[in-house]
Amino acid sequence: MSAVVTDHEHEHHDHKPAGIKRWLYTTNHKDIGTMYLVFALIMFFIGGAMAMVIRAELFQPGMQFVEPNFFNQMTTVHGLIMVFGAVMPAFTGLANWMIPMMIGAPDMALPRMNNWSFWILPFAFLILLMSLFMPGGGPSFGWTFYAPLSTTYSGDSTALFVFSVHIMGISSIMGAINVIVTIFNLRAPGMTWMKMPLFVWTWLITAFLLIMVMPVLAGVVTMVLTDKYFGTSFFDAAGGGDPVLFQHIFWFFGHPEVYIMILPAFGIVSSIVPTFARKPLFGYASMVYATSSIALLSFLVWAHHMFTTGMPVAGALFFMYCTMLIAVPTGVKVFNWVATMWRGAMTFEVPMMFALAFIVLFTIGGFSGLMLAITPADFQYHDTYFVVAHFHYVLVTGAVFSIIAAAYYWLPKWTGHMYDEKLGQWHFWCSLISVNMLFFPMHFVGLAGMPRRIPDYALQFADFNAFISIGGFLFGASQLIFVWVLVKCARGGEKATAQVWEGAEGLEWEVPSPAPYHTFETPPVIK
Amino acid sequence: MALKHKPLTFKLAVTALAMFGFGFALVPLYDVFCDLTGLNGKTAVTAASADAALIDTSREVVIEFIARPNKEMPWVFKPEVRRMTVHPGEIHIMNYLAENPTGRMIVGQAVPSVSPGQAALYFHKIECFCFTQQQLAGGKNMLMPLQFYVDPALPSQFSTITLSYTLYDVTSAWAGDTAASSQLGE
Repeated sequence: MSAVVTDHEHEHHDHKPAGIKRWLYTTNHKDIGTMYLVFALIMFFIGGAMAMVIRAELFQPGMQFVEPNFFNQMTTVHGLIMVFGAVMPAFTGLANWMIPMMIGAPDMALPRMNNWSFWILPFAFLILLMSLFMPGGGPSFGWTFYAPLSTTYSGDSTALFVFSVHIMGISSIMGAINVIVTIFNLRAPGMTWMKMPLFVWTWLITAFLLIMVMPVLAGVVTMVLTDKYFGTSFFDAAGGGDPVLFQHIFWFFGHPEVYIMILPAFGIVSSIVPTFARKPLFGYASMVYATSSIALLSFLVWAHHMFTTGMPVAGALFFMYCTMLIAVPTGVKVFNWVATMWRGAMTFEVPMMFALAFIVLFTIGGFSGLMLAITPADFQYHDTYFVVAHFHYVLVTGAVFSIIAAAYYWLPKWTGHMYDEKLGQWHFWCSLISVNMLFFPMHFVGLAGMPRRIPDYALQFADFNAFISIGGFLFGASQLIFVWVLVKCARGGEKATAQVWEGAEGLEWEVPSPAPYHTFETPPVIK
Repeated sequence: MALKHKPLTFKLAVTALAMFGFGFALVPLYDVFCDLTGLNGKTAVTAASADAALIDTSREVVIEFIARPNKEMPWVFKPEVRRMTVHPGEIHIMNYLAENPTGRMIVGQAVPSVSPGQAALYFHKIECFCFTQQQLAGGKNMLMPLQFYVDPALPSQFSTITLSYTLYDVTSAWAGDTAASSQLGE
């Protein structure tokens, strides 16, 4: 993608430094958006390579390729990279590119801070990845870094892990502040709250969630740091602390975090489905209220991750019912997407295919989430591959599929070229089949009792795991097609029109393709 | 342009800082919540008054005692008896045996936990070795007493209460007389 922006920059007479300095010093929301997206793609492949190591080890029972300690580092760093390095930066990149164009703003409100919030990110991940090469290896306590695994029993790389999480958190908070200030202050005249595209709405709510919970994450990693190195006892029972307290604080951050990774996806799907169904979104206002209620409820459900820590029945019931309540606004959304398609003149270009797969597969992940919410049933599912299947359905076929759909949807706007539809369809079908080979059987091995985060397993799971691993390798390979499509589209292709898609509506489709370096320097007129 | 954005940016930054503080505020809030509700099996860290309520002879409650040294704690640590049947309101004394088989002085801190957690509020300790840190010279042993009674208000669904102690080696913290002792409020 980066090559493209460089290509068409010659057409414009904007003053900007050439070469690397342009990217280092840029305050342009489109440049920064591109950098976020490229960064997320690189991280997606690094985290993906770690997933390949995990699946290679689990291809057969017994120890094959790696030591258990290295296996644990792979599961830990895979999770951290995919959450904080791939999904979140990809959404921030999309926000940078699209929000100013969607609300008719010339740029983000705080462009210099925008530059900072991107450029500290590569250093955070450099620190995290470097820790893998330390004596004793990188973090191996799972991405949830439960105490005492991350305090009493962790290696020397813990300090690097903590600092990298601090930097990621600062980056996210700055990005979120920027999004909120942009949306509050820079909407074009006439762009009222209830006229904003849903992608903008969902991102606004996500940004508030980020500001509320990323500091709590920063707090909890700081407590881990001081417990490990400075003799405090936040989570150490010997000194009057409590390891269960760690889980409460972590999941107070952790549960809103999962909505941070899915609300922008809802916004993307709510943009794509109306375009390809050639009908306005059904139930716009209910979508806004549903998103807000999901965000509010996300603060009241954290302990459903901790049913097995022992909890009084009243507490378990409270968290169980609150969790199930989230199914209601989520159901409203799924219903609205389906109703949008009802009797629409649908076509099935790649963005629509990924959006449709999102609706079906994310709903499967939502249903397994409802199963996990049932307290007594959770005792069987807890820490098994059923949980792994659940969160990969919502994060891979949910968040990641929506990001891929968004990339295909807006790629013509970014590059000025249509992507290769045939290759894109290949990418879609290969991904769809392999991702289900990869994650669907995990439900069954999980229900049969295979625990997560263990490099070896009982013999009866061998066939399933071989099949899952093959699905994993195929899914990894399928993403190379995506890179091929991206590079091909960046280099050239059929010229895209301003509107790109026949049914597309919104301000971003009123500027030429590729979008000029500066857009909406005078605010547009909102109909 | 920057001027226009300043107030909102400032408010959001303050919110983020406040939430960082809130993360830390959860620590005392959690303790207060556990004290008030008795959830999590935490018992009071200070002595209950000895003038107990009426003894309810019509009811019997089984108390089970579990004691184990933490992995890094070399002491032998066990209760004198495994279980005891009591009437609510009766004051009992229970001794725990501690033995330091090493050649050096070690300071121990016992941390109690009551199961089921909701019964923790009704288990009163008048005197307990867990209120303070215990020193034991190398090769010595001692009896550590626990004086307790069960509140007659204990809801009827509880017929067995399990009291578990984990004993930690806090010698290094004791030597520096740092965080550990002050956090326990003793």
